Amino acid sequence: MATLNKREFLHGARDTLPMIVGAIPFGILFGALATAAGLSVYATMGMSLFVFAGSSQFVAATLIGQGVGVAVIVITTFFVNLRHALYSASLGGSFRGLKQKWLIPLGFLLTDETYAVVIKRVNESPDKQHHWYCLGSSVAMYINWQVCTMIGIMAGGALENMADWGLEFAMIVTFIGIVVPLIVRMPMLVAALVAITVALLARDMAHNFGLIVASVAGVIAGCIAELFVDRQQSQATHSS
Amino acid sequence: MKNALLIFLMMVVTFGVRYPVLALVGRYELPAPLVRALRFVPVAVLSALCAPMILLPDGTWDLSLANAHLVASVVSIVVAWKSRHLLLTIVAGLLVFALLRISGLG
Repeated sequence: MATLNKREFLHGARDTLPMIVGAIPFGILFGALATAAGLSVYATMGMSLFVFAGSSQFVAATLIGQGVGVAVIVITTFFVNLRHALYSASLGGSFRGLKQKWLIPLGFLLTDETYAVVIKRVNESPDKQHHWYCLGSSVAMYINWQVCTMIGIMAGGALENMADWGLEFAMIVTFIGIVVPLIVRMPMLVAALVAITVALLARDMAHNFGLIVASVAGVIAGCIAELFVDRQQSQATHSS
Repeated sequence: MKNALLIFLMMVVTFGVRYPVLALVGRYELPAPLVRALRFVPVAVLSALCAPMILLPDGTWDLSLANAHLVASVVSIVVAWKSRHLLLTIVAGLLVFALLRISGLG
């Protein structure tokens, strides 16, 4: 049993490797940007160790550089990370019956990348438990994030204008690689297009709230499109 | 001291959105329509997150070929669509983006 768990752990870590390629430049950029914004080495490292949420850390570093206060940064962090509640809701069912000693670390370590890797696995074999697999993916992402933050802190001092290189594109391309293969049916495409449209229209809403509005709009649009497709299919089968 | 407080509060709100739902959903069975709806979550969230960064890289609309984010994203989408291979998509996108930046075109 122990070797099976270990194998699942390593399998999760291995399946996360492509995500790590995308996370490396992003982590380095965070380290460089946060120190450039005035955070100490310890505070920058502490944020990666204790918060461990790339896009919100990135936003926080930018806001610190602009001299924004603690309250606004914390509220922004909350809204930027609110999507994780949706991930938790989506994954929670497959973690049913697990003890707190599992749920707490799996919750703390949940990221976009680990969610994408694990949900794929869950959909492939919904009857099995995937906590060791999820832990392997999470730990791989966590270690990589700490190392990259450290490299960024060191590189940031050596290379002055690294923030202008556009390293955040690494995150965008990772998400494109996750999303595009998921769009196999029309309702999924509708969800993406509606989410994009609303995100563009609502982008100036305070505290990144537009992201949440756009995400919810995309999910609702996808559900409506699915109902529509189902109805058409059942009509087609009835008439034939 | 101010930064220690900031990091602590960021940790609290981040864990506060990740963990509670995980614990709750693990205890109760979710209704089937909600489970179906949740399948749209990753596509909707990640599309909404990326689109403004691609189309308005500096906060203003840029639909020109000089927008390296846009050109490299279009290439990545095509590669992802054709290959359905994550690592290939990431490497191709980063390569195109780097080439555009280095050549000064983007």
